[in-house]
Amino acid sequence: MADLESFRAETRAWLEANCPEEMRQPIRDDDDVCWGGRNVKFKSEAQKLWLERMGAKGWTVPEWPKQYGGGGLDRAEAKVLAEEMRRIKARSPLSSFGIWMLGPALLKYGNEAQKLEHLPKIARGEIRWCQGYSEPGAGSDLASLRTSAEDKGDHYLVNGSKVWTSYADKADWIFCLVRTDPTAPKHLGISFLLFDMASEGVSTSPIKLISGSSPFCQTFFDNVKVPKENLMGEPGKGWTIAKYLLTHERNMIGGSDSTGGGQRDSVSNIARKLIGLDAAILADTALRTDIARHEMNALAFSLTMERVLAEAKAGQDTGALSSMLKYYGTELNKERMELLMSIRGSDGLTWEGEEKGEGDLARSWLRSRANSIEGGTSEVQLNIIAKRVLDLPGA
Amino acid sequence: MALVLTEDQQMIRDSAEGFFKDEAPVSQHRALRDAKDATGFSRDVWTRMAGMGFAGVLVPEAHGGADMGHVAAGIILEAMGKNLSAAPMLSTAVLGATALRAGTPEQQAKYLPLIAQGAHLLALAADEAARHKPSHVATTATPSGNGFRLNGVKGFVLDGHVADTLIVAARTDGETDDRAGITLFLVNPKADGVKIDRRSMVDSRNAAKVTLSDVQVDGADVLGNVGEGFAILEKMLDAGRACLAAEMLGVSGQAFATTVDYLKQREQFGQKIGSFQALQHRAAHLFCEIELARSATLKALQALDEGSDRAPMFVSLAKAKAGDVAILATNEGVQMHGGIGMTDEYDIGFFMKRARAAQETFGDSAFHGDRIARQLGY
Repeated sequence: MADLESFRAETRAWLEANCPEEMRQPIRDDDDVCWGGRNVKFKSEAQKLWLERMGAKGWTVPEWPKQYGGGGLDRAEAKVLAEEMRRIKARSPLSSFGIWMLGPALLKYGNEAQKLEHLPKIARGEIRWCQGYSEPGAGSDLASLRTSAEDKGDHYLVNGSKVWTSYADKADWIFCLVRTDPTAPKHLGISFLLFDMASEGVSTSPIKLISGSSPFCQTFFDNVKVPKENLMGEPGKGWTIAKYLLTHERNMIGGSDSTGGGQRDSVSNIARKLIGLDAAILADTALRTDIARHEMNALAFSLTMERVLAEAKAGQDTGALSSMLKYYGTELNKERMELLMSIRGSDGLTWEGEEKGEGDLARSWLRSRANSIEGGTSEVQLNIIAKRVLDLPGA
Repeated sequence: MALVLTEDQQMIRDSAEGFFKDEAPVSQHRALRDAKDATGFSRDVWTRMAGMGFAGVLVPEAHGGADMGHVAAGIILEAMGKNLSAAPMLSTAVLGATALRAGTPEQQAKYLPLIAQGAHLLALAADEAARHKPSHVATTATPSGNGFRLNGVKGFVLDGHVADTLIVAARTDGETDDRAGITLFLVNPKADGVKIDRRSMVDSRNAAKVTLSDVQVDGADVLGNVGEGFAILEKMLDAGRACLAAEMLGVSGQAFATTVDYLKQREQFGQKIGSFQALQHRAAHLFCEIELARSATLKALQALDEGSDRAPMFVSLAKAKAGDVAILATNEGVQMHGGIGMTDEYDIGFFMKRARAAQETFGDSAFHGDRIARQLGY
């Protein structure tokens, strides 16, 4: 414990000295979030400095081993670091699919050369990754994907297309599910490939969404040559890696956006500011009932996340709970956005206006509709719970 | 405190689950119901529960109790919920012990050992309105002799028909809905002017109507300070609410397990009905809801053990969530059983009845939603 306390003191002092003042301010715009990559455009010198300093210490990925660019911290130290960053309201230096999704899979399934090649660049924010999973004909039924990777001796020849590739137009590399064996049963013919988006034959086309933004692309592969050493894991074992990675993605989608607590203002706080109180209770009593019900569920959900973590830490069997967290968390977040729209009333309908930020709520509300679709729909999560947890018979 | 059962608590869970499954299963509940048993529970089982340390779960060791805390009390109640075991656990071991811990040294020495031994039953006579509202106390306590004279009617006194002592909330000052001015009294139900009307409820348990007509109580039978009874009452109710949440968690869990088993066995249209996605999704959703109720309940029980300022908020969360989930689980259970779920021969209906009664007891989810909103300032 004494070690941990001295670690806390050192961390506090380091953050105090190295976290620029600007990086302690709340995030206001999309470009306040740094995604790194070859073509990164820093909004400010402070943003650049903050990423460089944290990247050099490995604290963008505190728990990764040091030889792969991580901080080499144990769980308790990482918690201290997170607490100390929260204490000074420090922004996350780097948002990254490499950190959230590919990294954990690389650590588990990658070979040594791949880990040494890719993980440090992820940690320092030098390479930005995107995910090539869904295809125009393979959404919920992901394993029916058809993008082919033909064995050409020293390389694979990749042909096909991916859809819903987040920020593919801005990414440097892609981790991609491809079919290497068209004759094998559908789950067994899939492999996991890593390749450079600058390769010849790769093109992207943004998809405009109901929210007005275009975070997703359709991505095309036309005779793309990928070196053999870029295969992660065994040929035909890509589905195992994909499932592992989806679990991380679900935890991220289910966990980050949906709890009532955390840094976001609660629905009731927002309602109190905008609607006001009458005799110590919210002036709109009908809406108050809906808000209270939502907040109770949000609180019970965040307690469930806490319990699942505590049980895992205590070595107790937590079952296949990532599907539950993904399903419930995303449905809660959608409900939260509906309530925020109700609280704002007709003001929430603004799409464009004179001032910056007008239209944000309506766009966020629309964006949140995707929460229960991406990373496996709510219905797919319920299927998984029915099958794996409840052991109900197949259809 | 990590939101997880300790090893000791896991051992208590294992022994409680074994005990109630063997000693007080649903079949015993059915037999008591069919016999129109006047007590409504087995005194023999209650004595053995005392032997296990369950009756004294909240009684300090100095008074012969096991003093295992609220998490342990909840574990016991959850096992009782799974088996629909009827016993004066809530009224005596939870509410009674919580009340008496606020008593004078003399009161504690007199009652707490008897509670732990399972030798003395208590009942809370507080609610007067059909919709739970603990400050709604019209029953009066007027100074008389060296004590008070009580007059009023209490409508929902759980286990009041067998109680050896009633804990009565009466007004010594203020208006009917004021929190201030309420005083708690320990009343002998055999005293002159006390009339007890037993009422059998939908879940085959008993709540009495207690009428107090010029009942004389001694000054020594005041529990806590005169006019300050509401704080003790809230403490009792919060302990009771958290334990009811745990019991409802047991009710939900068992109703759900029974239903999932049925989905795996029942065949229609040439296949197991559990293979139909319409039912799979409902079952999977219910699984998630029960997990949420479990987290909220454990948090509330831990918060009570820690004496946290936020305990009332977590207790209301647990009572509301576990209540709603129990109603959902038992309704879905009956629906998924189909016609056979409506028959008395099947147990699932018993779970539905208990869920409804427990949901109504000490505030339903609407009451607790309102209480949370007020605590959060809206």
